[in-house]
Amino acid sequence: MSAIATETTKAAESTRTVHFRIKRCDGPGKPSRWEVFDVPVPAHANVISCLQWIAANPTTADGKATTPVVWESSCLEEVCGACTMVINGKVRQSCSCLMDEYAPNDGDTITLEPMSKFPVIRDLWVDRSRMFDALKRVRAWVPIDGTYSLGPGPMEGPKESETRYKLSECMTCGCCLEACPQYHLETDEAAWATSFIGAAPISQARLFNEHETGAVLKADRLEALMGPGGINDCGNAQNCVQVCPKEIPLTESIATIGRAATFEAFRRFFQSR
Amino acid sequence: MADKRVIVVGGGLAGLAATIRIAEAGVPVDLFSMTPVKRSHSVCAQGGINACNEVARQQGYSEYQHFDETLYGGDFLADQNPVLEMANWAPRIIDLLDRMGVPFNRTNEGRRDLRLFGGSLFKRTHFAGATTGQQLLYALDEQTRRFETEGKVNKFEWWEFLWPVIEGEGSDKRCVGIVAQDMRTMQVRAFRADAVVMATGGVGIVFGQSTNSVICTGGAASRCMQAGAWYGNAEMIQVHPTAIPGADKCRLMSESARGEGGRVWVPRKPGDTRDPMTIPVEERWYFLEERYPKYGNLVPRDIATREIFDVCVNEHMGIGGGNMVYLDLTHMDPDYLTRKLGGILDIYEKFAGADPRFTPMKIFPAVHYSMGGMWTTYEAGDYMPDAPMPEHVPGTPPPVDAEVGRGMVRGAPNNMMTNIEGLYAFGEVNFAYHGATRLGANALLSCIFDGLFCGEGVVNFVNNTGRSAADVAPSVYEAVVKQEEAKAERLIASAGPGGGDDPAYNAYIIGKEMGEVMTATSTVVKTEAGLESCLNTLAALRERYGKVRLSDTATWTNQTLSYARAVGDMLILAEAIARAGLLRKESRGSHYRTDYKDRDDTNFWKTSISRFNPDTGSVDVSFEPVRAGLVAPRPRTYGKDTHKETEKKETVAAG
Repeated sequence: MSAIATETTKAAESTRTVHFRIKRCDGPGKPSRWEVFDVPVPAHANVISCLQWIAANPTTADGKATTPVVWESSCLEEVCGACTMVINGKVRQSCSCLMDEYAPNDGDTITLEPMSKFPVIRDLWVDRSRMFDALKRVRAWVPIDGTYSLGPGPMEGPKESETRYKLSECMTCGCCLEACPQYHLETDEAAWATSFIGAAPISQARLFNEHETGAVLKADRLEALMGPGGINDCGNAQNCVQVCPKEIPLTESIATIGRAATFEAFRRFFQSR
Repeated sequence: MADKRVIVVGGGLAGLAATIRIAEAGVPVDLFSMTPVKRSHSVCAQGGINACNEVARQQGYSEYQHFDETLYGGDFLADQNPVLEMANWAPRIIDLLDRMGVPFNRTNEGRRDLRLFGGSLFKRTHFAGATTGQQLLYALDEQTRRFETEGKVNKFEWWEFLWPVIEGEGSDKRCVGIVAQDMRTMQVRAFRADAVVMATGGVGIVFGQSTNSVICTGGAASRCMQAGAWYGNAEMIQVHPTAIPGADKCRLMSESARGEGGRVWVPRKPGDTRDPMTIPVEERWYFLEERYPKYGNLVPRDIATREIFDVCVNEHMGIGGGNMVYLDLTHMDPDYLTRKLGGILDIYEKFAGADPRFTPMKIFPAVHYSMGGMWTTYEAGDYMPDAPMPEHVPGTPPPVDAEVGRGMVRGAPNNMMTNIEGLYAFGEVNFAYHGATRLGANALLSCIFDGLFCGEGVVNFVNNTGRSAADVAPSVYEAVVKQEEAKAERLIASAGPGGGDDPAYNAYIIGKEMGEVMTATSTVVKTEAGLESCLNTLAALRERYGKVRLSDTATWTNQTLSYARAVGDMLILAEAIARAGLLRKESRGSHYRTDYKDRDDTNFWKTSISRFNPDTGSVDVSFEPVRAGLVAPRPRTYGKDTHKETEKKETVAAG
């Protein structure tokens, strides 16, 4: 009666071989190395199902026993952001990377590398803590009065709500930072405060500035983005918006925050006189 | 009150809501999660969150009607008082999320938009596009981060819960902390707490492929069960009717697709291979609409799933003779669809390679949610009618108002506490609220309700217990650390050269075989023979698991160890699911036995309770009466029309 599983069992019947070149590293400070795996790939496979196959069959193409490849994953539906990596030189989520598109033919090769702008923990798993830290710096929240029942929030037009929804789809995956020429790997946490913060948190600052209650902290958010590593470090390469898997208008957010920061600077200048 | 702390395990909606409520009350929280909390499984929830609202109210809906629908949907297996309190709180929860800045879809006038969902004839589902779970989780994640900057919350992300620390014996048992492992350094450590809230979600990975995230193994719940916590209604597993089968997982296609007008059909001609867009309407069989004229495509999930299964497996009417049916949105305006369902349409397009705005989607059922979970208790509120009420008629005055405390006593320390003092279970990991089937868009509600409402009880418990975890002898913690270190060392030591080579002892292969047998025997249709063979297979798998060999000996970031350890725990949970299913000799909600097709209220209007027996290493199941008295059980038919069915068969025969 295993009808539920039938589709996948059927798919497993005919396979092609794809070579997976994977950049591996045993831990921080350890050297990297390449390993190749020959993976039997059925129709409708994705990079995740291939990595799962390798986990169960950890032998390299030249027959050497090795360890399962380590990577981070959770939802496998491109809404959690966990499984981001560099595939054939381009940063993206590995769950939505379909083999039929990336390696349609027998004998094709796929290259997997960890993101380069974050410290490697092991193999393809990187530490993106700096992104979550940046969300603290830009105070990415609505400062509500507490969780007691105090009635509804502010009314909001459908257009405004749609704009915020788009910005709020950011899953902190880091694609925009990986692609940004101004964003650098900082292994020393002390450097996080002055090295370019990148598109994702700037766009989050905009998200909360555009909420009626969230706007209470607007000046604080701009303050955090006006110093070193802030909005002025953007080199306008516009790579971020091209790689964002959720098509968030990141450059528009950067421009919006840039203008707001300029006004804020004027305001402060005239207030200080 | 110095030094009182609470541990929350799991950073999905239930865990974060609890964290916020407890931290806000001034009790510091240590929050543990296997993943950065923003990546928790709650992000996968799509459709929305139910609550009575002003429009529905003026059409005759009420909190009480929401309560009545939820009990009926769950086939009366849920304890009734907690469901009433949850339905009564729902509007307050929506308001709070709104204040937190959740970008709910809005009407032209700027009010929160609503959509129709399964099991209701009223629009009472609030939504943010088709990624409502993601948006709600982010709102709670943001508030948690705010408390983190204020030093009220300490996050332990990439830490895996290994075991609860329990002091005392018998009824004096209480939970005083946990032992967890850093998934990077592999350090095993004990953490003290005056109360522990488990909010670790569902069990989908027990079934191999499901709609769940890879972290939803049920491992944490199983560990608590092995440490003495009871597990309720394990057999109640929801199979969602509409998912996209994949090689790595089955991706959910939200009920909101049907809520917004999506229609399920198959060609009337068996094995029809024509492009679906060229098949005329009269040659399509809209079997849900035909069989359930009142609810149509929006019957509860277990019913839709069984009908799809019946059409494909019994009647061989699936698309091209296979196990697939169409879920069709192509009759609707593409711009409207993008606005209301964009997120899920993108998922289908990305993973199935076709645009559902212009091509009917091909879908099939997949394991989705566990109504069962850790057994929990509560303090019943002040509403109890003289006699259980009949079905509520919309538009008539509800027998009780929606004031706080009608269903559960606000702030009671035992609300959603397990049978072990100080150990709580919130969200999908408990068994409360959903009975034998969960209605769509009630999960987000129950998770947040647990965190906010029952979180207050946790605060009262730690403030009034009179005992402090700080006074517990260090040896109590050291013993559990030793136990877990030994377990990890034993697994690591199993790995030799070529370890994992033999498929019989490969954890991934054992896990895969467990998923296959559980899906085959313990999901849509169950039989005595099937469940008995399942238990035999599980026993054989446990035998093999005893000699499991790892393929990774690393003492740094060893994911193979983590997975292999979870497989052992999943096998025990799987036994509970299968054994409780075997012993429940009736059909109720999601639990459908072909050998006992009817609901049997005389013998089985009862909660199944699974207890791990440390002497035999196996799971014992007993049954306890459901705590009811508010609403009388009634047959759950959803107005099925058997008349049209006969007509259709005649048409097919004639054609």
